[in-house]
Amino acid sequence: MTQLALVIDLNVCVGCHACVTSCKQWNTSGAAGSLMDDNPYDKDPTGTFFNRVQTYEVGEFPNTETIHFPKSCLHCEDPPCVPVCPTGASYKRKEDGIVLVDYDKCIGCNYCSWACPYGAREIDEKQKVMKKCTLCVDRIYDESLPETERKPACVLACPTSARLFGDVHDPESEVSRAICESGGYPLMPEWGTQPANHYLPRRKTSIKLHEDELTRADNPLKKDGRLPRTDPDAPFLEDSVSW
Amino acid sequence: MHPAFSVIFLTTLIGAGQGLFLALITAEAFSHMGALALQEHHFYSNGSLLSLGLLMAGLVASFFHLGHPERAWRSAAMWRTSWLSREVIALPAFMGVVFIYGLLHYLEWNPKIFGTTALPETNLTLMVGIIGIVLCFTLFICTGMIYACLKFLQEWHTPLTPINYTLLGMSSGFTLATAFATQYSLEMTGLFGTWAIILTLAALLTRTASLLRNKRIKYRSSLRTAIGVHHNNIQQKSQGSMGGSFNTREYFHGMSAAFLKSVKWIFLLLVFPLPLLLLGMGLSNDATLLLVLAFAVQYLGLIAERWFFFAQANHPQNLYYQTV
Repeated sequence: MTQLALVIDLNVCVGCHACVTSCKQWNTSGAAGSLMDDNPYDKDPTGTFFNRVQTYEVGEFPNTETIHFPKSCLHCEDPPCVPVCPTGASYKRKEDGIVLVDYDKCIGCNYCSWACPYGAREIDEKQKVMKKCTLCVDRIYDESLPETERKPACVLACPTSARLFGDVHDPESEVSRAICESGGYPLMPEWGTQPANHYLPRRKTSIKLHEDELTRADNPLKKDGRLPRTDPDAPFLEDSVSW
Repeated sequence: MHPAFSVIFLTTLIGAGQGLFLALITAEAFSHMGALALQEHHFYSNGSLLSLGLLMAGLVASFFHLGHPERAWRSAAMWRTSWLSREVIALPAFMGVVFIYGLLHYLEWNPKIFGTTALPETNLTLMVGIIGIVLCFTLFICTGMIYACLKFLQEWHTPLTPINYTLLGMSSGFTLATAFATQYSLEMTGLFGTWAIILTLAALLTRTASLLRNKRIKYRSSLRTAIGVHHNNIQQKSQGSMGGSFNTREYFHGMSAAFLKSVKWIFLLLVFPLPLLLLGMGLSNDATLLLVLAFAVQYLGLIAERWFFFAQANHPQNLYYQTV
């Protein structure tokens, strides 16, 4: 069984919001109609986004770290938002595990958003239906696009490759390997929602240097003096070899 | 959570309607057993009409909560998994039974349907009433479970939630029935009044229990589990939007802690001691006005109670919005 998901590397994310803007651009231009934008260039701008980047500061000055935290629907394997939907508009696809909303069936009761502990769902206040990350379902299967572009818009936009996309149920996939090898973890594991999206933690990269590696102990030029000069009277190669 | 007045009116109005219907059936059952004098049919039909009016008002209020009310019919689809869907089925079903019950009394059509030496004699209206009781409690449970089933809303995830919905609905319904019965019989007023006092006291007990429980709640999620960084000092620097978003509006009541606290004391006063006092005075003096006032005060208190119920619930998604 396939479970498509994102793996987000917090060690690499620089908080540039390219994923946010590319997500908004792709998903506001799709068949489902535009995503709400209210006062975009005015006071108190607000709107519907599938993906947002937040920033946290961890630790105490001067020992602090800045963590940029991209946040979108986690496509839980046991999504609490799906069974509560009274109309069946909210569903999880069997074939690839993407959690979707059927905008034509949604009555806009907000109940699914209450049932999501992550706050991943946002109502479109113009269309009055619940919206959320679709993992760019209208893009990843589009055969008119070159194969390298059949990925979610956020993944393609990320300049630091902090976002990986793939099947977390396939142990050989890039995402599974990243989770396994770099300590990928789910958010709020205490609720048993089994989020498919994982986050890779901040990692310290360090190298151990020994004293003798800093000062070269084996400098042959200094130790042994200059290279010996050649004898000006000695024959050249040309003198002894005829071409 | 941000309290939505559509839901506040839905739950309080149908609660009172359900309670009133239960009061009518109690009266009919008591009369049937011979404990009370038989009532005129129009006592029941008018009572049912009043109950139906409250249920209808609640239903209308609920439509204001929907983004697409024209698609509301779709919400009966997922009754296997969704308590909201179950409520959507239970409410009209219950309203239908209340309508039939009222109609039978209005038409004064009440044939004996069975009665043997082993079983007590049962009339059609009583039978319909019993079906109504089952649906009424089903509706109370559905309404309460909509909130109680959300396990990470820890203030709501307790059996006390459906119990409170049931007892508070019944108290207001029986208080209304007490005021209503003054137009018909003193005996009924006494019966309903007594039950209204008992139910209000029971609701006081369970609502206080839930307040105490929620005061000592230990939240399972923290900012550490929310972003998966295990450090005691995490500060949020930006929350992903400039002018706020659905997440900063839907899950926060936006009032001060002092306001929340004062609403709590207001509802504790308006739902319990004041109506009890007014009921006691009204019953002893046989004063209709005081009994009507008792219902009005209690209903107003229940609006405050429901507002507090929503506002008090702390959604774990709020962890991602530390500075709202």
